[in-house]
Amino acid sequence: MAERIYVGFREGVTDAAGNAVLRRVKDDFGFPAASVRTVDVYTFDCALSPQELERLAGGLFADPVVQVFSVGKPLAAGFDWIVEVGFKPGVTDNAGKTSREAAEEMLGRKLGGDVYTSRQYLFRGGMTRGQVESVSSRLLANDLIERRMISDAASWNPESGFGLIVPKVVLAHEPEVGEVDLKVRNKTLLKISSERLLALDLREMKAIQKHFRDPVVREGRAKLGLPANPTDVEIECLAQTWSEHCKHKIFNAAIRYDDGSGKARRINSLFRSCIRKSTERTAKKVDWLVSVFVDNAGVFRFNDSWNLAMKVETHNAPSALDPYGGALTGIVGVNRDVMGTGRGARLVANTDVFCFADPAWKKEVPPRLHHPKRVFEGVRRGVEHGGNKLGIPTVNGSIVFDDRYLGRPLVYCGTVGIMPSAVCGADSSEKTVKPGDLAVMVGGRVGRDGIHGATFSSQELNEVSPVTAVQLGDPITQKRMMDFLLEARDLCMFKALTDNGAGGLSSSVGEMAQLSGGCEIMLDAPPLKYAGLNPWEILVSESQERMTVAVSPEKFGEFKALADRRGVECTAVGKFTDSGDFVCTYGGKTVAFIPMKFLHGGVPQMKLSARWEERRNPEPEMPDEQDQTQNLSALLSRLNVCSKEYVVRQYDHEVQGGSAVKPLMGAQNDGPSDAAVVRPLLESGEGVVVSHGICPRYSDIDAYWMAACAVDEALRNYVATGGSLSRVACLDNFCWCDPVKSEKTPDGEFKLAQLVRANKALYDFTVAYRMPPISGKDSMKNDYVVGGVKISIPPTLLISAVGKIGDVYKAVTVDAKKAGDLVYVLGVTRSELGGSEYYAMKGFVGNSVPKVDAKAAYKLYRALEKAVSRGLLASCHDCSDGGLGVALAETAFSGMLGMQLDLRLVPREGAERNDSLLFSESQSRFVATVSPENAQKFEKAMKGNQFARIGEVNGSMRLVAKGLNGANAIDADIAELKKAWKRTLGW
Amino acid sequence: MENVRAIVFTGFGVNCDYETARGFELAGAHADRVHIEDLISKKYSLDDYQVLALPGGFSYGDDIASGKVYANKLKYHLSGELEKFVSDGKLVIGICNGYQMLVKAGLLPGLDGDYGSQKATLTFNDSGRFESRWVKLKANPACKCVFTKGIDAIDLPVRHGEGKFIPISEEVRVRLHSENLIAFRYCDGAGNVAGEYPLNPNGSIDSIAGICDPTGRVFGMMPHPEAHLFRHNNPHWAREKCSDPGGEGAGLKVFRNAVEHAKERL
Repeated sequence: MAERIYVGFREGVTDAAGNAVLRRVKDDFGFPAASVRTVDVYTFDCALSPQELERLAGGLFADPVVQVFSVGKPLAAGFDWIVEVGFKPGVTDNAGKTSREAAEEMLGRKLGGDVYTSRQYLFRGGMTRGQVESVSSRLLANDLIERRMISDAASWNPESGFGLIVPKVVLAHEPEVGEVDLKVRNKTLLKISSERLLALDLREMKAIQKHFRDPVVREGRAKLGLPANPTDVEIECLAQTWSEHCKHKIFNAAIRYDDGSGKARRINSLFRSCIRKSTERTAKKVDWLVSVFVDNAGVFRFNDSWNLAMKVETHNAPSALDPYGGALTGIVGVNRDVMGTGRGARLVANTDVFCFADPAWKKEVPPRLHHPKRVFEGVRRGVEHGGNKLGIPTVNGSIVFDDRYLGRPLVYCGTVGIMPSAVCGADSSEKTVKPGDLAVMVGGRVGRDGIHGATFSSQELNEVSPVTAVQLGDPITQKRMMDFLLEARDLCMFKALTDNGAGGLSSSVGEMAQLSGGCEIMLDAPPLKYAGLNPWEILVSESQERMTVAVSPEKFGEFKALADRRGVECTAVGKFTDSGDFVCTYGGKTVAFIPMKFLHGGVPQMKLSARWEERRNPEPEMPDEQDQTQNLSALLSRLNVCSKEYVVRQYDHEVQGGSAVKPLMGAQNDGPSDAAVVRPLLESGEGVVVSHGICPRYSDIDAYWMAACAVDEALRNYVATGGSLSRVACLDNFCWCDPVKSEKTPDGEFKLAQLVRANKALYDFTVAYRMPPISGKDSMKNDYVVGGVKISIPPTLLISAVGKIGDVYKAVTVDAKKAGDLVYVLGVTRSELGGSEYYAMKGFVGNSVPKVDAKAAYKLYRALEKAVSRGLLASCHDCSDGGLGVALAETAFSGMLGMQLDLRLVPREGAERNDSLLFSESQSRFVATVSPENAQKFEKAMKGNQFARIGEVNGSMRLVAKGLNGANAIDADIAELKKAWKRTLGW
Repeated sequence: MENVRAIVFTGFGVNCDYETARGFELAGAHADRVHIEDLISKKYSLDDYQVLALPGGFSYGDDIASGKVYANKLKYHLSGELEKFVSDGKLVIGICNGYQMLVKAGLLPGLDGDYGSQKATLTFNDSGRFESRWVKLKANPACKCVFTKGIDAIDLPVRHGEGKFIPISEEVRVRLHSENLIAFRYCDGAGNVAGEYPLNPNGSIDSIAGICDPTGRVFGMMPHPEAHLFRHNNPHWAREKCSDPGGEGAGLKVFRNAVEHAKERL
């Protein structure tokens, strides 16, 4: 018997959630809603006495001060429309799970059934059914994962309401192991791949076919009672392990690259020849790299006793389908990656970079896509819940806007962790797995959610993208698990762990099994969310909040006992062996038997072709306006430049108590920081510095310079804030549109050439800057293809820089500090408006893309580092989107101080127009302010570099800059400029 | 007592336990981070401590209502121990989520020695959003609160979605004022109590940011003193570093007060 408890706010109490919906309905939809109230519904799928229900309602679910409740009978009254939104069966219901646990605690007994949560929205005002329908589907519920019901007041039954809905999963299905017939023609092989969502191409399918044709393999299989054909467990396991997501096939491909000259050269793996090669070169010169490209995250030395680990992930494909769930699983997923590095790290900072289309999108939204504002809000909220609830400060990030992200938003989530360099007397970065160790699954249970995540993200978004690939994260189950694992780590209970992410158990156990030389998984062992899952589903499910730990049999008892005490589920699901084989059993029978060598090394290398051609964009012809104030103000309001305070304020950037440079600093706590500085150890004055660079617009001209600029931007943000150049690493995250030539992608060779060029730049500039890549990820199929409409993202590379500052008090912030301080521009301004925000505002791309002079830049950075460490700078801000003009305005209004400047003094080469002087996006430049008493020392420290003093900070509250002809090019009230900068996303 | 021992609760989503423990250590106490289940199962005993802290965090993910489920856990498993702790003259602080727990378990405001019934709540911010921002608090000099002694005004961050303080009745509201149980109120830069957003970041009634019980030894507040243990936590540190380089953050005083009180009186 099911029962419902309804909880609503008392009359006169603000219903903040209702008001938030009301605002959106009015502002975004323009519908005539007058008020929105909410009622929370708890549905109990178990037997409870009326007394028990009353007790739970009054003592647990309703707050006695502000809420009222009703058992059985709906609370809803006095509305014109009512909408109820709840989860579909099988979707993670975190509040439902907590409700059950809390109710059991209160009643002192097990409930014997689940609790489900849903929410009712009560609308007043003259909306039509169509309008309510539209709000419910486009704002309140995501039909992929949620159910919704609508009623008007007239048809509402006040006694039974919407009735009793119990979204319980019932799989009327006997689990079975299938066989996949590979004794077929090529066409059928491809059909099998696409119908089963394996995302394997013909060469890969044929490699599998060949393996299973091998007489030796057949003989071995026959002995185990396995068919000659692969079982569905085996084929799914191979598909997950061989997915683009897991094996980075494009980055490991053999590429024939024609640079446009007609002469082709062969590149054997971009990863090896560009990324890893850069790391290897720098590794010869530095002694602080600990573990790179071998684990879930890159590890480097922080000080004698501690190492830092960092990883940045993308979660684009799921975020397109369900922005909230996709982003939430993105952040908690990368958390597990870092947590699961070496013997386990404690997480100390998160980063987030998003790429969206214009949230004020007015045109029609193509099928299967969400409106960009919904994507924005969902992703923001997902990262908010993931970061805040896990107690990890979100310290650095940005949002990039371009309408080509309509088809695929990009959601980059990063995490920094810290680990003692030794754990239980052993090197903490080394995992040890011995034959006989148990493979223990810790955390959540296994369900159908997240099946085919790895293969799905290796494809474009299309009509048949699976809804099972969408998952909702459960931050609190993860928090419990992570607390427990850190405790168990320090009690020496395990020697290796890894994340259960893409590919589920097949990947986590499969990868760890490489350390021992084999494994045997019992697919009937993992606890399930509900019965009826097939063995292959259990193996590849990506249900969240799980990690796999290698525990020696003698330690398992105490490991399990501690887990029990911490309310964390843990189960031995198999053991590691040295048999050389990946083996799965189900019901005592062998259902998968794949040699480890074939599983991890059998995927054939892709052979691809790339051809670069220079493309010319129309060159803009515009008059150079004398008064650039209007342009500056308009640029400050642009999405890519404007304040992101709306988002930042909803992320906890203080938790753990180590924040030193926060995302927003300055006189009014609203100036945009270039990088974040946090102290991961409260006993030490050393800080971690994190920054990033991203500039996809330059890809429209040349992806080589796009990548060069991203590397430069990351480092100049880092050095501007005080990060040490002798200990800085970087992470590369490539998000590309499909670069493999095919019918769907006729320009694949060009897109691959863009990828080649970006990698070459990554190599050139990370080597020049001694900033070795330590970890990276690629997401190669960011296209949307439905009904003949194709939207591809611009090639986008995120570079995250991470390093150290010896003393956090040496950090420098962007805000001008005092009237009388001198204003300097460091670096050369060139006429490089190609791909700039200024050109974009005027409707152009142009061709003069910013280029990076690594030698000059590095020399400047070295000098700046020295000046910062000597405390000579009052402020420092890098010049990026919107150029010098935007950097000067931000410096001034962050400090709420005016400036009197003369642009004729700016060091320049060829920038002989006011607009190019102000808005050119030439790289490797800064605006710095210096107190007069430090000026001489500062100038001496900068000697040999291009820099100039261009004016002075003053108390006038005006930003005034003389243009090239001596008349004012900028004359603006800084409060007005700040207002323009804050207006756009001032939701 | 020379060697003051502080117990910092953890578990089920509490997440400010490290820095809260650090605050007590910097103030000269020994601090243990202890999972609540280890108290329930008696692996640890409150008898060994003089100061108890319920730190901030997201216990149970704020599901149902912030702090509620953890508060019930305290109520059903540890209420006797907690009441004894208070009646022994010891100190209790709840910060953010911990404050929500104390209020929802009825340990605050503890009027007339009743530590079991809920007399107020902390509910959703008027903005409908999680608010991560720095606020200024004005201390009530007439309040007996041990933790706020000697503080006039203090800058601290708030980081919460449910921080709006509402007393259960007009009577309770009046008594909080008349009995001087309001320790901190949100104020403007000049130290005047401020009601408007964002100075009062959540819409709390009478801008109440923290309250104590009539003994002054049980205290709860929404803003985070443990997030201002160091000068560099203050977002203005870089603007003022010439005049005040490095050093202690204003929030440490809250921990010092507790440890000093315990040293002298316990």
